[in-house]
Amino acid sequence: MTTYRVAGKGRVDTGQPVTFTFDGKRFEGCAGDTVASALLANGVHLMGRSFKYHRPRGPVTAGSEEPNALIGTRRGAGQFEPNTRATVQEIWDGLETTSQNKFPNLKFDIGAINDFAYMLFSAGFYYKTFMWPKNFWHKVYEPFIRKAAGLGVSPTEEDPDTYASRNLHCDVLIVGAGPTGLAAARAAAVGGVNVVLIDENVECGGTLLSKPNAEINGMPSWDWLAAELVSLRSLGVKIMTRTTAIGYYHQNMIGMVEKLTDHLSDLPKDTPRERMWHVRAKQVILAQGALEKPLVFHGNDRPGVMLAGSAQTYLNRYGVLVGKRPVIITSHDSAWDAAFDLADAGADVRAIVDTRETVDEELQSQARMRGIGMKLSHTVTATSGRLRVSSIRVNPIDDGKAGDGLIIPCDALLMSGGWTPSLHLFSHTKGSLTWNEDQTTFLPKDTPEDCTIAGASRGLWGIENVLIDGASAGVKVAMALGKESQTRQHKVTHDRIGSGVSQIELPTDKSSGKAKAFVDFQNDVTAKDLRLAVREGMRSIEHVKRYTTNGMATDQGKMSNINGLNIAADALNKPQPQVGLTTFRPPYTPTTFGAFAGYHRGDHFEITRKTQIDSWAQENGAVFEPVGQWRRARYFPKRGEDMDTAVGRECRTTRAHVGIFDASTLGKIEVVGPDAVEFMNRMYTNPWTKLAAGRCRYGLLLGDDGFIRDDGVIGRMSQDCFHVTTTTGGAARVMNMMEDYLQTEWPDLDVWLTSTTENWSTIALNGPKAAKLLAPLVDGVELTEDAFPHMSCAECTVAGMPARLFRVSFTGEIGFEINVPAPMGRKLWETLWQAGQEHGITAYGTETMHVLRAEKGYIIVGQDTDGTVTPYDAGMGWAVAKTKKDFVGMRGLMRPDLVASNRRHLVGLLTEDGTKLEEGAQIVFDPHQAIPMTMVGHVTSSYHSDAMGRPIALALVECGQNRMGETVYIPMPDRTIAAKITSTVFFDPSNSRVKIPSGEML
Amino acid sequence: MTRFNAFNLLKNAVSSNKNWTEQWPDSQPKDEYDVVIVGAGGHGLGAAYYLAKEHGITNVAVIDKGWLGGGNTGRNTTIIRSNYLYDESAKLYDHSVDLWENLSQELNYNVMYSRRGVLMLAHNVHDVQSFSRHIHANRLNGVDNRWLTPQECKDYCPPLSISQHARYPVMGGALQERAGTARHDAVAWGYARGAAARGVDIIQNCAVTAIRRHPDGSVAGVETAKGFIKAKKVAVSAAGHTSVVMQTADVRLPLESYPLQALVSEPVKPIFPCVVMSNAVHAYISQSDKGELVIGSGTDQYTSYSQRGGLPLIEHTVAAITEIFPMFNRMRMLRKWGGIVDVTPDRSAIISKTPVPNLYVNCGWGTGGFKATPGAAHTFAWTIAKDTPHPINAPFTLERFQTGRLIDEAAAAAVAH
Repeated sequence: MTTYRVAGKGRVDTGQPVTFTFDGKRFEGCAGDTVASALLANGVHLMGRSFKYHRPRGPVTAGSEEPNALIGTRRGAGQFEPNTRATVQEIWDGLETTSQNKFPNLKFDIGAINDFAYMLFSAGFYYKTFMWPKNFWHKVYEPFIRKAAGLGVSPTEEDPDTYASRNLHCDVLIVGAGPTGLAAARAAAVGGVNVVLIDENVECGGTLLSKPNAEINGMPSWDWLAAELVSLRSLGVKIMTRTTAIGYYHQNMIGMVEKLTDHLSDLPKDTPRERMWHVRAKQVILAQGALEKPLVFHGNDRPGVMLAGSAQTYLNRYGVLVGKRPVIITSHDSAWDAAFDLADAGADVRAIVDTRETVDEELQSQARMRGIGMKLSHTVTATSGRLRVSSIRVNPIDDGKAGDGLIIPCDALLMSGGWTPSLHLFSHTKGSLTWNEDQTTFLPKDTPEDCTIAGASRGLWGIENVLIDGASAGVKVAMALGKESQTRQHKVTHDRIGSGVSQIELPTDKSSGKAKAFVDFQNDVTAKDLRLAVREGMRSIEHVKRYTTNGMATDQGKMSNINGLNIAADALNKPQPQVGLTTFRPPYTPTTFGAFAGYHRGDHFEITRKTQIDSWAQENGAVFEPVGQWRRARYFPKRGEDMDTAVGRECRTTRAHVGIFDASTLGKIEVVGPDAVEFMNRMYTNPWTKLAAGRCRYGLLLGDDGFIRDDGVIGRMSQDCFHVTTTTGGAARVMNMMEDYLQTEWPDLDVWLTSTTENWSTIALNGPKAAKLLAPLVDGVELTEDAFPHMSCAECTVAGMPARLFRVSFTGEIGFEINVPAPMGRKLWETLWQAGQEHGITAYGTETMHVLRAEKGYIIVGQDTDGTVTPYDAGMGWAVAKTKKDFVGMRGLMRPDLVASNRRHLVGLLTEDGTKLEEGAQIVFDPHQAIPMTMVGHVTSSYHSDAMGRPIALALVECGQNRMGETVYIPMPDRTIAAKITSTVFFDPSNSRVKIPSGEML
Repeated sequence: MTRFNAFNLLKNAVSSNKNWTEQWPDSQPKDEYDVVIVGAGGHGLGAAYYLAKEHGITNVAVIDKGWLGGGNTGRNTTIIRSNYLYDESAKLYDHSVDLWENLSQELNYNVMYSRRGVLMLAHNVHDVQSFSRHIHANRLNGVDNRWLTPQECKDYCPPLSISQHARYPVMGGALQERAGTARHDAVAWGYARGAAARGVDIIQNCAVTAIRRHPDGSVAGVETAKGFIKAKKVAVSAAGHTSVVMQTADVRLPLESYPLQALVSEPVKPIFPCVVMSNAVHAYISQSDKGELVIGSGTDQYTSYSQRGGLPLIEHTVAAITEIFPMFNRMRMLRKWGGIVDVTPDRSAIISKTPVPNLYVNCGWGTGGFKATPGAAHTFAWTIAKDTPHPINAPFTLERFQTGRLIDEAAAAAVAH
């Protein structure tokens, strides 16, 4: 048994010792301890150093609001995390913990020198200096400041743990399983609705865990709690502990994080460390309770100075006395209750110092009964003790001023400035707040969500009151869901419902400029910093916060916001509501990145979309590239081939014989309905009315700004059905755009759109022998030039599979695109591959596709166009209908700048010395200019062309179509390259090769 | 105005910091001003500062419905860079960077411009082509930007994973070394202090409800929560709410407003030396001087005025960060928030005269207005003072959406900005 452990107290298992280390030293605690309770049981209060002044700090709370006791926690390789709250982290055998922000060690920290120069480091000091000489900020001052700032150190290894996420739908979600939440859960569940009750703590009970002496309906509170939990479970309530509601989002969506393994010594296999829950609840009840408010006085941050309620929690939940000779400083009754509990557990309570002139006689007599000295109308003006409080100075308050002091030796100072309702999640809903002058705090008012706030969160105090309020909330939400329920009577005895007054700063005998009375403990913001900010013109609480950093620590103002507001309002001489409260933002407590990422790590960061033919490509040695979420085969190298050699061979073979290409990633949209043709006329620049069924046409899609957005070949399968193809990257965008127009602009059209990208496997066959290879396999269409000319489409069977067959070419060769139901894709591919062997077939990837199309001057939207290119710029004015009434982009296309004479046109470029140009290289007319140069275009595509025996390039060049044959210049870092402007069609300009020679024997 | 320097800091420390004076007074509106600027963010305050300092126009009010610097100035991730593609943008942002480099001295307020470099990652062939285009254009425009191999990226930013087994392996990056970050609040405060010292009234918590016009159509002043204020000229610089204010003068702006979210981690010791942006995986990140990892997200997919974004986008953003920097998986998010950004069809800003005589507008900065603060404010002041565009903002007109003379950085870029 350790020194400060009290036999018979607490809920920890004293029969089950647990050992862990802190800064390399072994400590023993009990199963159920947190790091903080275990260290306190060993008499250790010093657990950290503060952010700015490196002042020694110990825990000030016993919960997730802790600003001081932050530690590093480590399990094994890659399993380290900084800034863990020692008050929340449960101990387990082998846990390694370390203190932070100190050098060389926690007890002697050189950084504490800042504390002596604190006058220099006043609020916002860094805005006023470090400006000379100019370049010293980045080189000298900033690195120095950065090194001094920060708390713990970042992890540096990859995290081996996994994280999960789940969805949850329920009738009622109750956040907080204290008495309010428990009563609400019962009332709602009895009404027959499905209830989820969560709590961030290890166990349910909230304040009851710290108040074992209270009796509910004649039962000791802990017995009542145990019975109630059994009963709730039997009513079907889902109870989740170690689960924090981190944020409240639109339409009653709550994000919750459940911690699954951080308390375990041995990790179960395949269990995630944390799980993110996305909850949609029809009704939400917030029962988050209240947080105790520290008092603001000189030296209130010394280790051993702690909230009185937290000391009570350490005693009753963990069986730990935080001090054997504590003193209480309070302006609220609740601290008296804590003093009595500590005294009854054997502590020598040296005094209760209360700032109020009068205190309830019953409390005074209880104190007298225990022999505790009382100092009413007194204040604390100083604390002493280097690494832990050893004495305090207590002074009488006379007319608001501190009189002559008296030193009281002690080993802990327990403070209470009253309680602040927890309004965090309520504020996430953009709920409005109202100022309550009696309680000197904000209370919840209205919220746009289906959300009820109950208990201490709305300023109700005492177990009996909150049980009743919780039950009413439960009944209310059950009724809102159409169920009946009723409240139960609760009789609570031995509960002390206190009241108190709010103190801004405790009266002091020090000059106010000298007092170090901390408001934000972690960030070292003092009352005088807040007053300085106001003096310097910071009038909004947001300015005060940002100028001083008050409330920006890892507790996000849970300890400091209300005290900060009271002091700022006092300095401004304005009521608090006029100064305002800073916005609470998610997450409620700091939340692991991994929990947000969930399953989306590594290969699962985003899905990898693969075609049905991908596995064949993999087996045949393809090199892949990512194209959006798709993985596409880029080329198929044979042994010893690099990309250029492989691509050269694939190009050559395709032009000489036949090539096979997986085009399945092309976007496909089925446009069907009586008005399908009208819809197509309005969407695309081309005319569609006269396109016969069984024919296809290249379609060009513009944005309403008149610039090219997408393109693709579109087949008219029947009068009322179009098979639309889009670019691979544009599939979803085009579908969205079409739906957007259909639903918002043209609801009168009778058309249905279906994305069929993944319903079809699409295989392209190109080359002089394509028809010869395919014809024997096709049933239902005769593959001759007359029966099935270029730009035809048909439904037929190919190798026995139902197919949509297109005669199209993106290479300038005879070409077919065969669409079969997706799962048949690989079978068709293998059939064609087999049949192609005698024709010298090659498989080719995206790189060869790019080269072959560039040789023909076919554009790739997104590479040769960039959202600033019109059809005319791209040399495709022919695709714009001249007689249509309207199409998307028609008016945009008429704007003056889009028809100006100096636009950039897509042209071909051939370098004079045969160099291959760099894609993205900029073009100028005059290579001898000084920088900045006047640029007139850029290279969009550039390849070595096997067919041409030289490099070719496509480029956008100012007035390029009027400059055929002229020379332009490409200034590179080392030299300038000259190139001649040519047509974009480098190969077979007469397009003779797409024709199947007449009379060819098929 | 007390000058800020080490001597005065020391002197005031000795007197317990009791003699500092307010950095700007709490002004109440006068009946009439030469210029009223709507919106007290960095852009509006900066314009007031330059009006007073460079154009001698000091009878100026900057009016805001909330507290100064409380909009996107105080909500952004503070990235500053100028490696834009088009000449027009490169000139504007480079002008801004020129001003950033001297801004602390200019304002006598440490805005902490930290020239730590912005590295943009390429994850696919399209990124590589696009960055190459940017780098070549920047070089010929005299703007700093260069290509790094994956290993060079890693050397520049050690936490980066360049594993070829990643879902989207890093194929390289474009680095602008002159780029960096600054302290956002200090920019607003520094301009406010400098403007106030030159006689500008800064009027907070006073919503402008309408722009009033003379019968001839020209501007007469603004209706506010504190009554009518007469003004010879009105300039609107109200970010996401600009379109709402301008509507009252019958000027319809081509703007859509979207929520944009950002977040910070708990503070840690220095681990991240630069700024990294990745559009392909949708995230950008730096580390503040306080030690927090500052992480930006993309815009939400729907238009909204609610400064409250959704959870899924944040999950995606954090996943993107841990994908590129796996070592941050156990770091914790401390706080996330949203702002409202005003987006134009070509993703470039509008700094322009309007069809209403004596009414001027500076808006449409989308997700990238902070970096432009000094340059935009400086040229906007010129436009207001002289009733004519500054050569640098001349292309950023409102008319360009009618003529089609767009500056489409989004279409041209593989990067968010």
